[in-house]
Amino acid sequence: MNIDLSPAELDFQAQVRQFLEEKLPSHYSDRVLKGLYLKKEEYIDWQKTLYQQGWAATNWPVEHGGTGWTPTQKYIWANECAEAGAPDVIPFGMKMVAPVIYTYGNDEQKERFLPDILASNVWWCQGYSEPNAGSDLASLKTTAVRDGDDYLVNGTKTWTTLGHYGDWIFCLVRTGRPEEKNQEAISFLLIDMTTPGITVSPIITLDGHREVNEVHFDNVRVPVANRVGEEGGGWTYAKVLLTHERTGIARVANSKRSLRQLKKLAAETGDGGATLMENPSFAQKITEVEFDLMALEYTELRTLAAVSTGKAPGPESSILKIKGTEVAQAIDELYVEMAGYYSLPFVKEQFEPDFAGEPVGPGMAADSAPHYFNNRKASIYGGSNEIQKNIICKAVLGL
Amino acid sequence: MDFSYSEEQQMLQDSISKFVAQDYDFDTRKKIIQTPEGFSTENWKLFADLGWLMVPFGEADGGLGGSATDLMVVMEELGKGIVVEPYLACVVMAGGLVAELGSEQQKQEILGPVMAGERQLAFAFAEAQGRYNLADVGVRAQQQGDDWIVDGHKAVVLNGEAAEQLVVSVRTAGDRTDAAGISLLVIDAGAPGVTRKGYQTVDGQRAAEVTFDRVTVPAGAVLGPVDQALPAIEKVIDRATLAVCAEAVGAMEVTYKKTVEYTKTRKQFGVPLAKFQALQHRMAEMFMEYELARSMLLMAAMQLDASDGLAPKAVSAAKNRIGKAARLIGQEAVQLHGGIGVTEELDIGHYFKRLTTIQFIFGSGDYHLQRYQQ
Repeated sequence: MNIDLSPAELDFQAQVRQFLEEKLPSHYSDRVLKGLYLKKEEYIDWQKTLYQQGWAATNWPVEHGGTGWTPTQKYIWANECAEAGAPDVIPFGMKMVAPVIYTYGNDEQKERFLPDILASNVWWCQGYSEPNAGSDLASLKTTAVRDGDDYLVNGTKTWTTLGHYGDWIFCLVRTGRPEEKNQEAISFLLIDMTTPGITVSPIITLDGHREVNEVHFDNVRVPVANRVGEEGGGWTYAKVLLTHERTGIARVANSKRSLRQLKKLAAETGDGGATLMENPSFAQKITEVEFDLMALEYTELRTLAAVSTGKAPGPESSILKIKGTEVAQAIDELYVEMAGYYSLPFVKEQFEPDFAGEPVGPGMAADSAPHYFNNRKASIYGGSNEIQKNIICKAVLGL
Repeated sequence: MDFSYSEEQQMLQDSISKFVAQDYDFDTRKKIIQTPEGFSTENWKLFADLGWLMVPFGEADGGLGGSATDLMVVMEELGKGIVVEPYLACVVMAGGLVAELGSEQQKQEILGPVMAGERQLAFAFAEAQGRYNLADVGVRAQQQGDDWIVDGHKAVVLNGEAAEQLVVSVRTAGDRTDAAGISLLVIDAGAPGVTRKGYQTVDGQRAAEVTFDRVTVPAGAVLGPVDQALPAIEKVIDRATLAVCAEAVGAMEVTYKKTVEYTKTRKQFGVPLAKFQALQHRMAEMFMEYELARSMLLMAAMQLDASDGLAPKAVSAAKNRIGKAARLIGQEAVQLHGGIGVTEELDIGHYFKRLTTIQFIFGSGDYHLQRYQQ
């Protein structure tokens, strides 16, 4: 056991730093470091920069254009990107649908879809949840009924993140009898969002922002050739994908950056003649989160190390999801507490990408409460934390 | 970055694990605790024969290497059986100090017999008024000719009763809480003026109150530089802290797994307890706390071996976080077992006891949180 980076890994770290220094535009990183959104074109532009560097797909196998990085390299990459304020890679294409396509898709599908995902030519979004299928995802009701070489798709998907930007959507649909709650009645379909019969309507979250949507399907015609894998195999594919999704979901690097920034700002925030960082109660809360984050980081590293020896990320990855979101939410809350009175103002314009004025209140205060409200989602999405505990009980503890 | 054990570490783990599984069941442990010594001299000899007592010492001192990771491997396995033999007090603490500060002659005279299992040591450092402050040393040693005259009282000296030699922190200069002016003496437990009052501890181990009344100690018994022993004491206590963290992680693993198994067999309302989701999620929490604690342990061991100055912070972070996990897992294990969990007859309560005492030796969670912040 040792914690040191090898000379080759140190070289890689230097290379990553140089790349970020040269290629990451400061008007992107400034916004990211303030916790603000970028425009659609800006996300795409950044992902295309990664593509040109050959670093777009850090989680794909090399044969499909992945980086082939070791777990340590991925860890270095994530940390450096978070430190530098690089925008998140939008996960729906790169991290979510692509692994399903290259694992379960046929050759034609791989050729047709993977290059455009890799080059960020197509914006993907996710059609899993439905208004009446949340944690109980397998009870989904969107139907796909065979009609010649097509399926006719009807139903509603919800919580579709950035669905209003989407070119394509991957959906879990019911191809078996509608009354069956059978997981084997579910198939995995790729749907072009320009197909007639699709409408996207916004859902405004607690931060006043349009991030998620409902997507309605009204007799939408989808070629059978767009089904990935077997009819009825969709649930299995989706589950594999969710396990992969959960390892990245811990967002350790982001929480590290966020906590470091919190400490810096707390040391500049006045608190009854001293600074907030000198307030023992506040300092204790910070240190406790810091310890949880360390434990989380090393749990993630252990998981990555196990994966590198050929093991698939097991149900233990549920820990990362639960603790990762708990830590992130604890940090969010401390930002609100730090902002004090300045957690109150809600000046919507200053969150817009084109806002050029001075925000109300000191650094990070303006977004603290909206971000805190919004990020309550984290313990709910990707399989709520309670569902994760069920998974641990069933798959790890055998309960 | 590498989380795998070396071949030697793997073999060490296997051999201790086999011992705990085959030769250290709950009834055997119970009998050992009831003996006057409070541990099995036969087991101690076995530990020596198998080379386990050599693990924390460097090769130059006749040991097996002495990395923090090696020590972690040993203690985690011993923790699984809540083994009471005084590995921590004799080998890690007192032995560690001799290795750290001893002259070649002292090392030969003391560490040789320790590694052979033929001598018991203890480290007397705690004092009632000092709580966890290692610099708070009121036991005084005054020079008289070539000798030192020692007076004062040391509290809760682990293995203090069985020890043939005591390594004692004494004040040789300055005020009671000064960092400078602390020295270490190796004092024969049978020396005139040494009084030991031994007792059992709540977790089934043994300790002693030790009083020094005008004890004469020769100059050759000073360990390391006079007045400057504190850094070595801090270093060795950090290693001992890592050791109990590892012990706790081993004990937690057994505790949560036994609890899960128990709920699968115990029936109430016509079904196994394991079927109740109110209990299932609490066991999921226990599992997660165990895994997070183990991650903290690996982190701290690797930081100690990296020796880049971050070690004390890493140890404090680990002690705080592992202590929190130990509290949750210990308390929940008893609660989920129900009434039987608060009886002496079941092992689970004994794991709970050790998981509790570990929280309060070498610094409570609060102490380590504050130390980390400094």
